[in-house]
Amino acid sequence: MDPIGFFLDPMAYGFMRLGLIAALLVGILCAVMGTFVVLKGLAFIGDAVSHAAFPGLVIAYIVGAPLYIGGAIAAVATALAIGVVARRGRLRFDTAVGVLFAGTFAFGVMLFSTIKGYVTDLLGYLLGNVLGIGVGDLIQVAVLGGIVLVIVIAIRKELLFATFDPLGAAASGLPVAGLEYLLLALLGVTIVVSIQAVGIIMVVAMLVTPAATAQLLVVRFGWMMLVAAGLAAISAVAGLYLSFYLNLASGASIVLVETLFFVLALVLGPRTGLLSRLAPQPIVSAS
Amino acid sequence: MAGPALTVTDGPSVAMVGVTAAYGRRTALSDVSLTVAPGSLLAVIGPNGAGKSTFLKLIAGLMRPTSGQVAVLGGPPGSAAKSVAYLPQAEAVDWEFPVTVREVVMMGRYARLGFWHQPGREDRERVEAALETVGMAAASARQIGALSGGQRRRVFLARAIAADPELYLLDEPVTGVDARTQEDLMDVLEAEARSGKTVIATTHDLICAAQRFHQAALLNGRLVAHGSAELVLDRRLLAETYGGHVLVLPGDGEGLIIDDAHHHDDAPHGERHYHDGGR
Repeated sequence: MDPIGFFLDPMAYGFMRLGLIAALLVGILCAVMGTFVVLKGLAFIGDAVSHAAFPGLVIAYIVGAPLYIGGAIAAVATALAIGVVARRGRLRFDTAVGVLFAGTFAFGVMLFSTIKGYVTDLLGYLLGNVLGIGVGDLIQVAVLGGIVLVIVIAIRKELLFATFDPLGAAASGLPVAGLEYLLLALLGVTIVVSIQAVGIIMVVAMLVTPAATAQLLVVRFGWMMLVAAGLAAISAVAGLYLSFYLNLASGASIVLVETLFFVLALVLGPRTGLLSRLAPQPIVSAS
Repeated sequence: MAGPALTVTDGPSVAMVGVTAAYGRRTALSDVSLTVAPGSLLAVIGPNGAGKSTFLKLIAGLMRPTSGQVAVLGGPPGSAAKSVAYLPQAEAVDWEFPVTVREVVMMGRYARLGFWHQPGREDRERVEAALETVGMAAASARQIGALSGGQRRRVFLARAIAADPELYLLDEPVTGVDARTQEDLMDVLEAEARSGKTVIATTHDLICAAQRFHQAALLNGRLVAHGSAELVLDRRLLAETYGGHVLVLPGDGEGLIIDDAHHHDDAPHGERHYHDGGR
């Protein structure tokens, strides 16, 4: 096949053009937020927040409100509630998140089961369909995602300090608790924006996988964010082309390409991979 | 040893009056009163769970007392946060984090920079100078986790120095480091104290406290004693602090061994303050 045609032919379709832009936006946004998710150990929280968005979506559907608004309110409220539990709770943190996670999702499923008739819209949110995104949705993704990225980039040094050494950062006068809640709220927005593209079940992979891959490759925070975003962008494009030519589900294809990069980095990467086993590691002497 | 060459403020760096602090229902410190003058080099000593870290967190504003008053650099804790450098225990930090030595030290500048501002030339110069001071300039591009325990403590002390503080609060700065690093770090802290900065450090090392610190505070859920290191680090007071499990080796009087594993929970009564006019 003609290689230029290979890349250009799918772009003849409007849904592929919109889908590609959406997948790139969502991929990069998730990768940047995912850097914090990986470094702070929030993967389980990401999963919980995405599932908690479901009852919000269903309620919005039932009352006829924009689905995004319902999902966003539910996701951000859950993220902040988890933050409160983490700071004040007496339960083990993962236990509290697990309870919240299952309870909110069950509530969503219960509400969902009361709806009679045509609910393909809502089912689409479970598995996602980036190729079904409309221009209006794409504008929402771009605006909300852009706001999240601008905030994160503007206060990246404070977020870095508060994530690396919360006690030292708080003692130096940074509002560490406030930064943590802000980060959780931004995570909630990111998840809701991403759900339409990859679905509730797979959004956690978009958050965690590129950042985890980047952590295997580089040892600086800024580079980790850039590498994660780059991997996410490549995966978004490759996943969509796979989806187009092999007629596969788009969200799953993107996630599988990201997972492939992770496995490659794990096996071949300089820090953990086989290559590092072959070459002797430099050892820092104690002084 | 010379006394403080200059003092930055007229009042004490730290003043506590009747301070009690608790985690939930468990009281960590009760009724602590003391003042620490500018230029002090104070060792905070006591068994595990005696409230040493709590003492530092109260001063750093990381924890509020349940009763009593704390004043730091003339205001409530946290009000002069930019002039306070806090070094957490090594266990409180994620060493796998992808940051380089230079980036860690630069964090000391963040509070002074403020939101939105990126580090400038002066910040970079201070970072390099602080790395020189602790002897870590050659390792500035390494990931923090690739360093040894002693090197990590050096880097964190460099971060504290880069912040240009009036008050150093150091949680176990010389625990688990080799003798050479301990000497180097204490040299740096002594120089800071001589220039009028206040240094408060918790330690398990009684020898280091006796030889290198000017003052000592003995904690055991309460303040057992506070004063000149020579006067306070005496066998009877240490026995009171550690619940009797202090063996004093014969000889030069510095061979103290603490049997920390079995210290009694029933704290002895009475509190002593030793004032020798400062050193």
